[in-house]
Amino acid sequence: MFNAASTTPGKLLQMLAALLLFAAIMGVILFIAGRLGRGKRGDKWVGYLYLAPAVLLLLVGLVYPGLRTIYESFFDAAGKGFIGFDNYKTIFSDKDELTVLRNTVFWVVLTPFVATAVGLLYAILVDRSPFESVAKALIFLPMSISFVAASVIWKFMYEYRPDQGNVKQIGLINQIIVWLGGKPVQLLIESPLNTFLLIVVMIWIQAGFAMTILSAAIKAIPDDIIEAARLDGVNAWSMFRNITLPSVRPTVVVVLTTIGIGTLKVFDIVRTMTGGQFKTNVVANEFYSQTFRADNQGLGAALAVLLFILVIPIVAYNIRQVRQSSEA
Amino acid sequence: MSTVTPLTTDPALKPKPETAASIAKKKLSSPWASLAAIVIAVLWTLPTFGLLVSSFRPERAIKRTGWWTFFSDPQVTMENYKAVFGQDGGVNLGDYFVNSLVICIPAVLIPLALASISAYAFAWINFKGKNFLFLAIFALQIVPLQVTLIPILEIFVKLHLTGTFWTLWLAHSTFALPLAIYLLHNFMQEIPATLIEAARIDGAGHVSIFFKVMLPLLTPALAAFGIFQFLWTWNDLLVALVFAGGGNEVAPITLQLANLSGTRGTAWQLLSAGAFVSIIVPVTVFLLLQRFFVRGLLAGSVKG
Repeated sequence: MFNAASTTPGKLLQMLAALLLFAAIMGVILFIAGRLGRGKRGDKWVGYLYLAPAVLLLLVGLVYPGLRTIYESFFDAAGKGFIGFDNYKTIFSDKDELTVLRNTVFWVVLTPFVATAVGLLYAILVDRSPFESVAKALIFLPMSISFVAASVIWKFMYEYRPDQGNVKQIGLINQIIVWLGGKPVQLLIESPLNTFLLIVVMIWIQAGFAMTILSAAIKAIPDDIIEAARLDGVNAWSMFRNITLPSVRPTVVVVLTTIGIGTLKVFDIVRTMTGGQFKTNVVANEFYSQTFRADNQGLGAALAVLLFILVIPIVAYNIRQVRQSSEA
Repeated sequence: MSTVTPLTTDPALKPKPETAASIAKKKLSSPWASLAAIVIAVLWTLPTFGLLVSSFRPERAIKRTGWWTFFSDPQVTMENYKAVFGQDGGVNLGDYFVNSLVICIPAVLIPLALASISAYAFAWINFKGKNFLFLAIFALQIVPLQVTLIPILEIFVKLHLTGTFWTLWLAHSTFALPLAIYLLHNFMQEIPATLIEAARIDGAGHVSIFFKVMLPLLTPALAAFGIFQFLWTWNDLLVALVFAGGGNEVAPITLQLANLSGTRGTAWQLLSAGAFVSIIVPVTVFLLLQRFFVRGLLAGSVKG
């Protein structure tokens, strides 16, 4: 049952076997838990027993690998010779790696802010409209599809056909350019334009997330505040500026940081649309290329650690903001 | 990864007389507001719509004219869908579809079960080191998967598990645990302590309390996390690329779609149909269970 299955019935059977095995393990745990004495001492052991499988998996599957990767980031391509901080030096000095860092900054700055702005605007626009739930579902749907499928969808939008004779554009963007009297552009090849066009895909996916969370926050603003403002006769802009925005500010911070962290780790879009070519590479994709394509384990490990390090300040900022807003 | 949302609202919101936004919108002279909303909605829908239309057009038409010409010259065919399920051409999407299901079902059920008992222990049992352990597991949410892949791969090689579903089941289950434990713990804590105490006085142990008191109350939370984990696993590319290999034995549908896009990037008749086969399941799950999904989002976490 631990061998590879190749036929469909074989695969389903293996899945069933795995689920039964897992159910048996759960059964044993619960059986022992039921047998352990009552009272404080027994309680304690039930607690440890309930946690044991999760803690074991996390130690083997997250804690040990994480530490191991940090260790390996100080070794050379083959993982044999210790080279200190050289891999990190490479990341911050090599010309290609600097392009990777620059692009990552574009991604992490643009995606959260634009996606949040669109999400907030849309949440306000459709709020309490008769079509609210349908309108929201339209924007939200991209959240449920894979980055790969989203990339295929957008690659088709960006498709380019050379400008000659009766060759017609099949990508909508280039067709619009032609309709407006321009010449078709190799959208995914022109740098730095291509990086921004890839970022559009991520914004397209994340705006729905921002909208959903912000919409709930908007609806949670107390009525009396709004009523008071209305009696004062404030206009739409000042209602937004002085009531809506301050009320949802803590949520905006959470949405921004959440999207920021998610964006940092996305490599599927770059890999599917350009393969990181034409100066579109980002850290998460470069990690994959170095580790599995270029066989430079040390540099790959250092890039993974860099991702980890970049996440920390965003999370720290987020926790601080949440603390402050819950104290206020 | 995950963050704490300072939201306590129930997403099943009662209609309120008026919200700040609705007033802002009204004053924003409604026609313009509606127009802006429609523009955004169209921009967000059009890309998917274009590919959907294309997936039903004949290959010749897709490659020679834009999908918008479909409305002046409608030609409909199911050939593209037949082609992606066919054996020839090496697309063979059916196998990968099965793989995705075989990967996802255990990868959702295992972490759900493990996280439920862990969350129960954290919420309702006292033991030494509880707070430290909980904080440690909470903190693990920020670890990017990338830092774990190579060492895990080495472990799988030692255990001779490479190229099997076990790698994906174990990896996805492990990666899901920190968020699952945190989310379910939050839900469990909200269950009134008196319920548990009453059950204990009646002589119920931790096992029967877990099954008879907790589980029924926990269903919405389990559903919310289950949908998350399902979408995450179904849509995953990175974990599959590292552990599954490219063949049709283990690799999920996203991987085959990505390969197709890489090797046959201009075969739009295959790519369009392939993309829709790959998104039909998550979109259906999402549309049917949207309520739970949104509740899960609002409960404070997103995985990524």
